Amino acid sequence: MTKKYILGLFRDEEPLLHAVHELRKEGNMIHEVYTPFPVHGLDEALGYKRSRLPRAAFLFGCVGFTLGLSMQAWMLGVDWPMNIGGKPALAWVDFVPVTFELTVLITALGMVATYLVSSDFIPGNEPKMPDPRITSDVFCIAIPVEGASATVGSRLRQLGAEVQEKEVEL
Amino acid sequence: MFESPTRRPLITGKTSYSQITEDIIKPIEAKPTKWWYLGFTVSLAALGLWLVSVTYLLFTGVGVWGLNKTVDWGWDITNFVWWVGIGHAGTLISAVLLLFRQKWRTAVNRSAEAMTIFAVVCAGSYPLLHAGRPWLIYWVFPLPNTYGSLWSNFNSPLLWDVFAISTYLTVSLVFWYVGLIPDLATIRDRAVGIRRKIYGLMSFGWNGSAKGWQRFESVSLILAGLSTPLVLSVHTIVSFDFATSVIPGWHTTIFPPYFVAGAVFSGFAMVQTLLIIMRKSMRLEQYITLNHIDVMNKIILVTGSIVGSAYITEFFIAWYSAVPYEQYAFANRMFGPYWWAYWTMMTCNVITPQLFWSRKLRRSLTASFIISIFVNIGMWFERFVIIVTSLHRDYLPSSWLMYSPSWVEICMYIGSLGLFFTLFFLFAKFLPVIAAAEVKSIYKTSSEEEIAKTAAKEGLDLREAHAHTKGAH
Repeated sequence: MTKKYILGLFRDEEPLLHAVHELRKEGNMIHEVYTPFPVHGLDEALGYKRSRLPRAAFLFGCVGFTLGLSMQAWMLGVDWPMNIGGKPALAWVDFVPVTFELTVLITALGMVATYLVSSDFIPGNEPKMPDPRITSDVFCIAIPVEGASATVGSRLRQLGAEVQEKEVEL
Repeated sequence: MFESPTRRPLITGKTSYSQITEDIIKPIEAKPTKWWYLGFTVSLAALGLWLVSVTYLLFTGVGVWGLNKTVDWGWDITNFVWWVGIGHAGTLISAVLLLFRQKWRTAVNRSAEAMTIFAVVCAGSYPLLHAGRPWLIYWVFPLPNTYGSLWSNFNSPLLWDVFAISTYLTVSLVFWYVGLIPDLATIRDRAVGIRRKIYGLMSFGWNGSAKGWQRFESVSLILAGLSTPLVLSVHTIVSFDFATSVIPGWHTTIFPPYFVAGAVFSGFAMVQTLLIIMRKSMRLEQYITLNHIDVMNKIILVTGSIVGSAYITEFFIAWYSAVPYEQYAFANRMFGPYWWAYWTMMTCNVITPQLFWSRKLRRSLTASFIISIFVNIGMWFERFVIIVTSLHRDYLPSSWLMYSPSWVEICMYIGSLGLFFTLFFLFAKFLPVIAAAEVKSIYKTSSEEEIAKTAAKEGLDLREAHAHTKGAH
């Protein structure tokens, strides 16, 4: 679904960050900011809440840990305990390496899958980007025209941006 | 964010965000150079050798190797540990250096991680192929079956290895790929036609949004936090293959830290070998600077010293314990029939890294390259010495035997180098060898131009400042 956006294009991250601060202070609604690399301080400037991926990772970790430990305990403790030199069937210390590895594996795979799904990163998806140069050296603030103040374009120019109006799906 | 201008620059010369894109992405879009074709052909030939020897092995059986009842692990397991060890540098660079906020990792992490993945693939071929019936290797996994459901032996380090190596390969692959996505999008946005379709598919719709970068950094941090204990655990578990046995020279508690340090040592040496050539042939000297080479050599020095200390400790404990079997194991290593392997190992691993105390040698490309080759050779001999000398003469003299590799083992080893380099050449041609977005993110704080600007603002004389810091980072 395409919409009209006012795009403020920058060539450097310092004026971009400054512009974001100013625009937000003046009450403008920024749809999103696009950059060629992660800019420190940008998430705070945009008021983004911290990602919940670490929480997802922790949950997957618990799953992996439980899976690893209970799998070994059931297989060697309940289903088919084996007499290996008279040693105890539930050798908890021996179960540590596999439990650890499964915890790491499930955490990594689970978190990355969550990351891809939550970001809508499916192979073949078209990128929802205002300008193809963003992945090289252009920084872009996208403000939806609908609901934007009339002076936002000139304010952006004042803050050092090259201003464009585009109808695009973001 | 302010960064002291007395730190040495990580990006030299004149460049810009778009120039960084050009320098890194251009080689992918251009036709392969004749050097690439030469290297790729040689690697492919060696890979062919691998295919021939592996096919012969699979059809005829493990008897075509030089192993015997006494020395039942030879070149196969030596090569396995050698390759796994090499893989550890990539994970250390990506993960551990991310946690320690070392900006210099950005120029080398992509190729080091690729090296890790290819090294682990080569490593993994050995446990698979050394099995009597490799087509039944899935039996190692605890899958329900018709044998009563006979489960795996979770008490065995050999099984822990299965989980460790599988996890290591998977997590490294995932970490590498997640980091690649933004750079693949860069290629996509410059491409047309088929190339655009392919890189578009591979970049999953990446759009450079602030939310996207926030999640990206979060995932990278957590993967780094996971990979760090993972890399420590993997080589520890590999060392347990030996340490949990009872034979002299193997049954020692020093193995886990010794092996992990040795792995980082040989891994960084391989990174140096690859990068010194790659930066020249792909004209990336501005990004993979002498400062990077210097600091990686320091890591080689540190880990080489740890390995050297481990040798001394082992030797001391053998003497101090007054256990005749342990003492014989080391006397045999030094003066027995494999003395030449032992002394090669000692020269290459103990003496050569100490040369890196010299700043001149640390910053010399020729010296770094030669020393890195020696370290790799030395670390191969270390695994050979540990495995073969302890096996060929343990407690019972009537079982003592000699071992030498058959042509199949030698060809498989050369072939594994072919497999590794074929994959690496493909990587260098089709994927960005430097993490372009990450290098851009350190441009403001760490490039020569920007540091000069900051210094001018602060009124600092950089030549004097750098003279005092003497390459410190």
